[in-house]
Amino acid sequence: MKTSFGILTILAIVIAGCGGGGRQDEILIGEFGSLTGTTATFGQSTHNGVMLAVEETNGAGGVLGKNIKLLTEDDQSKPEEAATAVIKLITRDNVKAIIGEVASSRSLAAAPICQDNKVPMVSPGSTNPAVTQKGDYIFRVCYIDPFQGEVLAKFALNSLGLKRVAILKDVKNDYSVGLAQFFEETFRNLGGNIIATQAYSEGDSDFKAQLTALKAANPEAVFIPGYYTEAALIVKQARELNMTMPLLGGDGWDSSKLLEIGGEALNGTYFSTHYAADDTNAIVRNFATRFAAKYNGVPDAMAALGYDAALILFDAIKRAASTDGAAIRDALAATRNFIGVTGRISIDENRNALKSAVIMAIQDDKVQYKETIQP
Amino acid sequence: MSELLQQIINGISLGSIYALIALGYTMIYGILRFINFAHGDVFMVGAFIGYYLAPHVIPLFGGNLILAAPIVLIVSMAGCSLLGVTIEKLAYRPLRARPKLTVLITAIGVSLFLEFGGQLVFGPDPKLFPQLIPSGTVVNTSNLVINSNSIVVIVTAFALMMLLRFIVYNTKIGTAMRAVSYNHYAASLMGINIDTVITFTFILGSSLAAAAAILYATVYPSINPLMGIFPGLKAFVAAVLGGIGNLAGAALGGLIIGVTETFVVGYISPTFRDAIAFSILILILLFKPSGLLGRHESEKV
Amino acid sequence: MKLDKSIVFLISAFVISGLATTIENRLNPYYFQILIYIGIYIILASSLNIINGYAGQFSLGHAGFMAIGAYTSAVITSALHVSRGSVFSFPAFAIALLFGGIVASLFGLIVGIPSLRLKGDYLAITTLGFGEIIRVIVQNLDFLGAARGFTGIPKLTNSFWVFSTVALVIFVIYNLVNSTYGKAFLAVRDDEVAAEAVGISSTRVKVVAFVTGAFFAGIAGGLYAHFVTYINPMQFSFIKSFEIVVMVIIGGMGSLLGVILSATLLTILPEALRGVAQYRMVIYSLLLVIIMITRPQGLFVKRRSIKKNAAPQTELS
Repeated sequence: MKTSFGILTILAIVIAGCGGGGRQDEILIGEFGSLTGTTATFGQSTHNGVMLAVEETNGAGGVLGKNIKLLTEDDQSKPEEAATAVIKLITRDNVKAIIGEVASSRSLAAAPICQDNKVPMVSPGSTNPAVTQKGDYIFRVCYIDPFQGEVLAKFALNSLGLKRVAILKDVKNDYSVGLAQFFEETFRNLGGNIIATQAYSEGDSDFKAQLTALKAANPEAVFIPGYYTEAALIVKQARELNMTMPLLGGDGWDSSKLLEIGGEALNGTYFSTHYAADDTNAIVRNFATRFAAKYNGVPDAMAALGYDAALILFDAIKRAASTDGAAIRDALAATRNFIGVTGRISIDENRNALKSAVIMAIQDDKVQYKETIQP
Repeated sequence: MSELLQQIINGISLGSIYALIALGYTMIYGILRFINFAHGDVFMVGAFIGYYLAPHVIPLFGGNLILAAPIVLIVSMAGCSLLGVTIEKLAYRPLRARPKLTVLITAIGVSLFLEFGGQLVFGPDPKLFPQLIPSGTVVNTSNLVINSNSIVVIVTAFALMMLLRFIVYNTKIGTAMRAVSYNHYAASLMGINIDTVITFTFILGSSLAAAAAILYATVYPSINPLMGIFPGLKAFVAAVLGGIGNLAGAALGGLIIGVTETFVVGYISPTFRDAIAFSILILILLFKPSGLLGRHESEKV
Repeated sequence: MKLDKSIVFLISAFVISGLATTIENRLNPYYFQILIYIGIYIILASSLNIINGYAGQFSLGHAGFMAIGAYTSAVITSALHVSRGSVFSFPAFAIALLFGGIVASLFGLIVGIPSLRLKGDYLAITTLGFGEIIRVIVQNLDFLGAARGFTGIPKLTNSFWVFSTVALVIFVIYNLVNSTYGKAFLAVRDDEVAAEAVGISSTRVKVVAFVTGAFFAGIAGGLYAHFVTYINPMQFSFIKSFEIVVMVIIGGMGSLLGVILSATLLTILPEALRGVAQYRMVIYSLLLVIIMITRPQGLFVKRRSIKKNAAPQTELS
């Protein structure tokens, strides 16, 4: 009796769970991102940028006469969830293309699945070079870490005059490990010295042990190529240990939460990113105004990249005049001189974007634009 | 040399927090003979109580943290005591006569409930714990930097442990607790109300967990609903290391684990952080299962 | 069913699942995925049932064995450069899975040995500790992808592999339980001292339980890895161990059919409840507590006699 009860329960749930599908007058586009978890602002900001693009596009008549319908899945800042999210979007929801993700680890987990299923994937902000190497259906609208590492190394050497730098990297994610490696290579080639390296794991909250060890090596600066939650805590604890030297980071620092968590400890730090929110360029100001009108906040780099990624995708669909995966792929690969908020974007033969990077400095408790570095 | 000293201070600071949590585990085990898996999550709730309370309390004192901080601490401790007692009444008491396995599983269930319920209620994203204790550098030589946070943690933890010691060894209820931990039945025959003693134990343990949480959040200000999992497990290991049921042992165990963890992270590799406590556990259970200061219990047939 | 009948069951299961493989491409990939997961979790829960339910050893580190099986098999298929669709893939996958199971069972031995001396709570925490240590070790091995994970695993898992293994596990458990050897298991579970007193080697029973349970968990891990094509250590944390433990408890420890049903139910449930995903774990945990208080023998099991007011024991009963 109990077992038949069990079987009935299962059947009931299976029947209840059946469903799915889309309407004919819509184009289903999938999005996956970290709406929750340790890098929640990445996913949320990107989502906001993408949504703005969707609304503006639909408001102007849609793409190929149809409305864009965005289906979003949260990957909780976890790579295995990213894989699951993408599988759901492709097999259950039948999306035509996917936008995502910011974090390279999650993009790396999802890319093979998109590639296997021949669904174009456009990453707004993953900078690890391996992402687009997963296949010809995988694209990105941002620069890659070999470039970013070089940018930071040159900045450290030339603008800050640093010769002895230590690195504190996050071994739990590909982005951090990759960026640390590229920075080190360029820095060494240009005559600098990486005097010590320590590691932590995303999710850690105590870094005193590693910082103490680094401090003993007496660096002129510490490069922290991780994500904002840990980076802010690291900077805070470093200052508590009386480490007053400049601290450097990559675009993983770009989040409103950085200052919130790190506070005044962040003064005297620098990080590279994709665009400056206080840029006086007309396109940026225009975008910022529309973004503020909808969301009541300042768009960060991820929001801007999400916006650009979405618009490039929609533009590609228009140029392909079809929602067929291969056609969209070809149109994406042919993107040239697209004027985006984050710059003039051309997709190269490796499906990466050739763009400039900006360095931001934190002074007087504020993030300020410092300089632009061209590729 | 200075790096060594610095790491030791870091380790003692971390270890004091583990010690406070471990005391809760060891007391409950001493009385009830089971691992309260949910203890680490009571710790987490303590941090969140502090998080939500502080912004309201601090303005009441005009921003004076010296006055506001103890209030936040005490209210957190009270809140967690309430939580601990409620859990005991609802989930553990009905199972007192049942096999230990059942209670263990229930404790796991309560733990998961607090964790995921916490994610639902507080949101899963990490939150910044407000600064409760004015932070500043106390010692600042070229060799050694000691932040006031470390001092506050160590001093507060020590004070609370002394308070606990006083309660357990110098009060009537404390004596009752010790009696129950030796033998339930004899104690009840002597007229001790077991339920009262158990409730009081949970109050003590949960209060210490809350205090540990406030101290932890002061040093590591990023809090989230899953923050209690690892500190909880490590504190449990600390309790076992010191001899489960033994208060001094729990404190000792906590310090050992804190210092060892800091050393391994600083000198060997930070990625082994979580495995250290468990490795210590396995070693101790293989070689001296009664713990460093514990007494051996044999199974009565 | 006697032994010969259960062999018939096993062979027909092999045949049917093999046939199923030929039509699986027609099935909606999302539902197919759920079916595969059901199979994998049945194997995981049943293998844990051998340790927890039948031998009475409360193990909280089962995900560790799964991880070992997953990584071992992934390393083998990647070393052999196996790709989906090649003729070579069938024997290669068989070897990879088998090795995954064997290496996992070796670890089962390693974990099982300390378990000989520990009981109840201590055993639970120790096994939890082992599971975590395994995870941390994997997290530090660069050739396994460390914390960033192991990608590019060929998608070799299909209905044949999964459901043949399910049938195999059922076969093994059924024959174990109904043999005199199996009775020794139950004796050790119910009262170890008494079992020893009548000449049963509780050591051997426990070790066999761990080794067998770990073996199948390892195979399940291999099947999982070659389905999701990407694995990282965090997927095998104690949270995964807990999920499997919950399946065994809700199904009823020691109940073959009960555990199969609960594994199925608890795999489908999260997908069916995707709208209320964030409530899922909260409901699970509450359910667990309520079941423990009201119906500790599990949902799908007839009430066994539980001696409620038996003489109190100092250790786990």
